[in-house]
Amino acid sequence: MRLPLSWLHDHVAPDLTPRELATRLAMTGTEVDRIDHHGVDALEHFVVGKVLTCVQHPDADRLRVCTVDLGDGGEPAQIVCGAPNVAAGQTVAVARPGSIMPDGTKLKASKLRGQTSAGMILAEDEVALGDDHAGIMELDGTLAAGTPLADVLPISDTVLELEVTPNRPDCLGVYGVAREVHAATGAPLGAPPWADDPHPAGDGIPGVSITVEVPELNPRFTARAYEDVTIGPSPAWLRARLLAAGIRTINNVVDITNYVMWLTGQPLHAFDLDRVAGGTLNVRRARDGEKLLTLDDVERTLDPDVLVIEDADGPTSIAGVMGGQRSEVQAGTTRVLMEVATWDGPNMNRTMAKLQLRSEAGARNEKGLAPEQALEAQAVASRLMVELTGATPVGGTIDVGGPGAAPQVIRLRDARVVSLLGAPIDRATSSGILTALGFGVREADDGLDVTVPPFRRLDVTREADLIEEVARLNGFDALPSTIPENRTGFPGRLTPQQRLRRRAEDVLVGRGLAEAVGWSFTEPALLDRLRIPEGHRLRQVVELENPMSEAQSILRPTIVGSLLDVAAHNAARGQGDVAIFESGTVYLRHGDPAQPLADEHHALAALVTGPMSPASWRGGTGPLADVFAAKGLLEAVAEALRVELSFKACADWPFLHPGRTAEVLLGGTRVGFVGEVHPAVAAGWDLAGRPVGLFAVNLEQLVAAAPEVVAYRDVTSFPAVRQDLAVVVPDTVPAADVAALVAQVADEVRIFDVYAGEQVGPGKTSVALRVAFRAKDRTLAEEDIARLRGKLVKRLEKELGGELRG
Amino acid sequence: MSTTLDRIAALSDEARAAIAGAGTTAALEELRVGYLGRKAELPNLLRGVAQLAPEERGLVGKAANQARKELEALIEERGSTLAAGELDARLVADAVDVTLPGTPAQAVGRLHVLTATRREIEDVFCGLGFTVVEGPEVELVHYNFDALNHDPAHPARGRSDTFYVRRPQSVLDAVGPDPAQEVVLRTHTSPMQPRAMAAQAPPIAIIVPGRVYRRDSDATHTPQFHQIEGLAVDEDITLADLKGTLLAFARAIFGDERDVRLRPHFFPFTEPSVEVDVSCFQCGGTGALPRTGARCNLCKGTGWLEILGSGMVDPNVLGMVPTGEYDPERWQGFAFGMGVERIAMLKHAVPDLRLFYDNDLRFLAQFG
Repeated sequence: MRLPLSWLHDHVAPDLTPRELATRLAMTGTEVDRIDHHGVDALEHFVVGKVLTCVQHPDADRLRVCTVDLGDGGEPAQIVCGAPNVAAGQTVAVARPGSIMPDGTKLKASKLRGQTSAGMILAEDEVALGDDHAGIMELDGTLAAGTPLADVLPISDTVLELEVTPNRPDCLGVYGVAREVHAATGAPLGAPPWADDPHPAGDGIPGVSITVEVPELNPRFTARAYEDVTIGPSPAWLRARLLAAGIRTINNVVDITNYVMWLTGQPLHAFDLDRVAGGTLNVRRARDGEKLLTLDDVERTLDPDVLVIEDADGPTSIAGVMGGQRSEVQAGTTRVLMEVATWDGPNMNRTMAKLQLRSEAGARNEKGLAPEQALEAQAVASRLMVELTGATPVGGTIDVGGPGAAPQVIRLRDARVVSLLGAPIDRATSSGILTALGFGVREADDGLDVTVPPFRRLDVTREADLIEEVARLNGFDALPSTIPENRTGFPGRLTPQQRLRRRAEDVLVGRGLAEAVGWSFTEPALLDRLRIPEGHRLRQVVELENPMSEAQSILRPTIVGSLLDVAAHNAARGQGDVAIFESGTVYLRHGDPAQPLADEHHALAALVTGPMSPASWRGGTGPLADVFAAKGLLEAVAEALRVELSFKACADWPFLHPGRTAEVLLGGTRVGFVGEVHPAVAAGWDLAGRPVGLFAVNLEQLVAAAPEVVAYRDVTSFPAVRQDLAVVVPDTVPAADVAALVAQVADEVRIFDVYAGEQVGPGKTSVALRVAFRAKDRTLAEEDIARLRGKLVKRLEKELGGELRG
Repeated sequence: MSTTLDRIAALSDEARAAIAGAGTTAALEELRVGYLGRKAELPNLLRGVAQLAPEERGLVGKAANQARKELEALIEERGSTLAAGELDARLVADAVDVTLPGTPAQAVGRLHVLTATRREIEDVFCGLGFTVVEGPEVELVHYNFDALNHDPAHPARGRSDTFYVRRPQSVLDAVGPDPAQEVVLRTHTSPMQPRAMAAQAPPIAIIVPGRVYRRDSDATHTPQFHQIEGLAVDEDITLADLKGTLLAFARAIFGDERDVRLRPHFFPFTEPSVEVDVSCFQCGGTGALPRTGARCNLCKGTGWLEILGSGMVDPNVLGMVPTGEYDPERWQGFAFGMGVERIAMLKHAVPDLRLFYDNDLRFLAQFG
């Protein structure tokens, strides 16, 4: 809401600079987005001038050379002017060199085709008084040369751009803001501009009838009629105000509707009464598919949720939002029907959303205005119609619906003020604040009985709402700062799951990975880029109804796309060695087809490509990261959480290398995968050429399996006997099976070498393991070890077709 | 007899001089072998004492023994001196260029600045007695708007502001046309207020970190961002408690000298509603930079930085908790919601919100 200060000062004039006023408003609940200067600056250079002579420019057909008396006692100024209507003897508005024009440029003396020009004779658009540039303004001839122009024309104003919260439509009118300023500053508030209603009394207008079919959506409809209207431009003061407020000027009648809306917060609509067929207006729901050409030249297709105002020939307005062209006020209009009505806010909101049509009127109506405001706007409009258009009222006021419900009285308890705020506000202060805001106040035993004015009816309905009013105007500076006692019975803390999640993330950070935070959104094409076939679970994505773009139209079913995007982004910037992870949510449609919410889980995923450690001066970098690099990271996470994972070769993920992928199992349940990105997929992200190791797991499942409390295990009693074993097995046997079998006999089993080649023979692999033999109850003797090894030999032979070779 | 004693004296003199002149531990070892070793003369004299005349035995034996002990001590002493010198020399020769980097080169990982900031905030509120709860990002309109007292016409509900999720026919068949059962990407972490209150009787003190979504995209808005919600409800929690809690938070995050101020505002789910500003940590709240006096660019000369929205929980929100355990005549409390990006931007002077989501390694390496 743009608020020209000159307009505000009609009603309240606090002794504050614009900045001080803005701060005071901000501290009482009305944010000021910016303070804007409207019109010209360096006002001392704008004066009234008298054109003494005016001759054709010797070298330019369209220019005249004038001498102008500027009343400064010196030589008349020579000014070159291009306006066709300039003539000797005129009284004109002049900008002297040094003037600052509305666009901020500074006027300088110049030469035009060889003739000096010491200033400019002004057209109205040049001082932001209109958009007319057809000719210069001719001023009242009685004005003396040298009169400051600002005394004659409203050429400069300061405008506050207010951010009005949606609960305060009363502050979408200048007088409403004035009331707020009055309450915030104590400066006296003038009488409401609608205090006197000059319109003739009476409840009818000859030849006009109004009906409302939907009173629940249109609680009040008022109309007044005028004849002898002369359409023409509005006076300068009115145009200046509307332009400063950011509203285009059209003609006097339309300008009056806009002016009154800006002043009262209540929208109005003017019909050309001669073009209201049958003199009847009826408010009803639109019919499905009904069409209407609105004032903005767009044909709108309507439905029964939209209200229309119709005359005998059909719809003529979209109620509360925008008029139609058929009954628009225009150049020849002489009879005007002024409609001011109250509409259901949510219905207005839906109408505008549905038609993708917003207007200043609709923006006020959707907030839900008070029916009382209708006649306030009519009263102000009546006066202006008579004054500015020469109109004569016809009949009285048609009023369908009447005023709103009787005002609510709410008790404001002193004790409740203290208990909610934590500090008292004395009753007299509260009373003063509420009175200034337009509330009625009466003393009660334990506080105040407060009557809510109609313009706050929807916003203030409870005691808490009154407490907010007195608190915000009393200010919060005096409020003490206290810390509430924790009586929940629990300390403040993270849950074990949250702590473990942090632990998992910290493990990866500790291993040199950078955490990325990706987008939850992704593109449907991601599923194709990842080669996910139709029918795959990862295809059951959550889709947005109104995405900002196709590229952000679904929620990611996996973090893989996010990590590949980050790797590609960095590779494209010469940072191709990437070791990153993300800990975040992934989304799928719920497994239960009747469940509206998604299946969300917290996933942990990492991507590594390039050398596993940075280059060192002592030689080389680590080997290139691959499936084992990714697996090592995941094993570290599992070890940190103390969960036991197992891995099984698996080719279920079409975006992974089919020979270098394992499913990750936790107690037999699949919780994720580890592998290398399929080279064809990696190429799609320009990551081809080097392996890209990747793992992704459901972190919630890992965390759920992690022990919350670890019990002590004996470490000291009896020493272990450490040995290296070499086991030769057929090369079809996974190393994990060998290790698992050995682990049934020995502890701390670790594979430290794997060999295939001549020495073990074709089709065989040698797996070297470091193990510890130990017993709980004694130190093992040599014959014990021999017995255990013997057992191992038998089982290797029987279960894996292998042998122990050392 | 005198010849033997003289010989001992001569040997001793000779050995003393040689030991004093020994330049290395190796040379000293040769001397030890030469004067005191198995084949050396002095020990042999000692071994030959038995063949001497009885009157000589005592004198010669004593003199030879003394000479041996003296030489042993001298060798020991000289040996220590030489060894120390030799070690010094070896260490000097063993010097390296200690300015070379450590090996192997260690990659240092980093938490994302959003995670680091979130954790820091979580820890502050844990210290203030809050527990951390989380909730779904794909959320019902009921929890996102209705249960938070949003007017049916509240603009945030619009398709232009909020992401709506397409519901398959099977869901539409199951839930019918009820608009409360429409599904959105949550626009704030506030839906966990009603969810948590439905799950836990008062008193309650929680914070809710998480991702939220709004249809907005420019240098100061991304369609996805992170919030931390706070909710404390008890019989006597006041606006002053909100101020104190957020003051403690602001000081923990932005420095002990910070102050906060409350500015009235409007939110559908709090009454009274306030926006909270923290005094600018760049200019110390004066609005002017200390050295130059120039207008502070961070707070734009106001001395204050807006950090979050908050207020006293609206009685309607309490009253709508389906368990009926939050009677607004008995229970009251505060709620707040802050943007993690906003806090991180302020604290680390990050100029553009989108940097958080580019995940450029050069950006990631700077924080966490």
